[in-house]
Amino acid sequence: MGLELTKEEKEMLDGKQGKATRKSMEIITTLGEIYGAERLIPVSSVQIAGVSYDNLGEAGLDYLSEMAEDGRTQVLTTLNPAGMDLLEWKKHGISEDFAINQQRVIDAFERMGVITTCTCTPYLIGNLPHYGEHIAWAESSAVCFSNSVIGALTNREGGPSALASALTGKTAEYGLHLQKNRVAQVKYAVKTDLRETDDFGLLGYIIGERTGKTVPYITEIDSATMEQLKSFSASVATYGGVAIFHMEGITPNRTTIPETTEVITKDDLNEARTQLDDEKADIDFISVGCPHASIKEIATIAEMLDGKHVTEGKTVWITTAKPTKDLAIKMGFYDKIESAGAFLVSDACCAVAPLKGRFTGLMTDSAKACFYARGKNKFKTEIRTVEECIKEAVS
Amino acid sequence: MQGRKIFKGKIMGEALVTGEDISFYGGCDPETGEIVEKGHHLEGKSVSGKILVFPTGKGSTVGSYVLYALKKAEKAPLAIVNRITDPVVAVGCIISEIPAVDQIEIEKIKTGQKVEVDATNGVVSIVE
Repeated sequence: MGLELTKEEKEMLDGKQGKATRKSMEIITTLGEIYGAERLIPVSSVQIAGVSYDNLGEAGLDYLSEMAEDGRTQVLTTLNPAGMDLLEWKKHGISEDFAINQQRVIDAFERMGVITTCTCTPYLIGNLPHYGEHIAWAESSAVCFSNSVIGALTNREGGPSALASALTGKTAEYGLHLQKNRVAQVKYAVKTDLRETDDFGLLGYIIGERTGKTVPYITEIDSATMEQLKSFSASVATYGGVAIFHMEGITPNRTTIPETTEVITKDDLNEARTQLDDEKADIDFISVGCPHASIKEIATIAEMLDGKHVTEGKTVWITTAKPTKDLAIKMGFYDKIESAGAFLVSDACCAVAPLKGRFTGLMTDSAKACFYARGKNKFKTEIRTVEECIKEAVS
Repeated sequence: MQGRKIFKGKIMGEALVTGEDISFYGGCDPETGEIVEKGHHLEGKSVSGKILVFPTGKGSTVGSYVLYALKKAEKAPLAIVNRITDPVVAVGCIISEIPAVDQIEIEKIKTGQKVEVDATNGVVSIVE
């Protein structure tokens, strides 16, 4: 069985609906053929990655501009973080040149009809699919969260393939769009208490490193908040490429339960913490909000910073989505954070902003942020609870 | 050798072969085509103007845009031949219109050989 296209899909591939549609269909059908899809299916939501000019460069921008000539989104489409706060970039030390180029990227997406608010947590700002809905998302943490916690169905798309789905409303039916590929393969019993988001990040690190791209089934976690699940999703996707997990009593997907069990102990958690803590890290940068902070996290941080002041020589970024920042402004959280000398940064994050060379040591509650800080920016890292991060900032 | 079309086109050129996977993002200079990944078998060699033969791609999805950057800078490989093409390289070849074929026994091709890639029909031939 090869990939069969409908008459309309063939016309799209033949260029009858324009250049951007043709290119998009070439991408979707080629991926479908590689992975043995038999047909295309409609998607109702798209999340695009590859937004920061720091990652895209001029060539990426060229491609987007070309697609924007006649490409228009067919379904709800949101964007991953950009390299800067689209409004307050100047006070965060972003250069004018970078800002101009980043804005050109955003403008190209806007011409295509993309909702140009930039966040890795689209599910918190109105791009929220329901259980069983087929979607095409890039952004590995959001892919993992939507497949696992929400129960929507998506593969791990890249920037161009997610854009292709946005411009056609279609994806090829393979991988995680098929129930048979969503079944748990390895079972983990968590024999230690997980307290804060950093612990969930460490658990993601352990399971990611052990399982690679297989599907984990995790037991013995009594409860988990949305914030803890987004931290876990980001980490397990970063360190293992995991796109779906099952957590007994917490996530909604049905699965058979693997027989062999691996145990995760307090020692494993401590060992993971040691791995993400660099020796002699000189902390001059504190960032919380990877993935983007929820309004609940921002409220907590605002209380912690109320009346305090960030120590000279340290920079604090609390990163979030623009609609969440607007709510934080309305609630007075923004004032408390900024009066303390910290920044509430929207649209961007410490992983994709052009920060190389600006800092030497990052403290964060996010295991994922540690990965990018080390690899991309050559920072040393320490992983702590949010409370410890804020204490470090004002000490 | 009969393989599978990833992106159409027909071209002849000199093969550059490695048994190691390639990450274009971070592993290949988007302006020069030079492989810059530390310790890679092709480190210091340029993929520009070559029939680039490697097992499969690895690494970030931004790699697709690096192939596009190479094409715009006129430093792209003439064609790509893989054992199995991964999505990052596949998408990179489509958006950059670089002929590509996979499901080829790449061990049979040696660096420096003249190779014809008829991607449209999925055929790779060693000419000399």
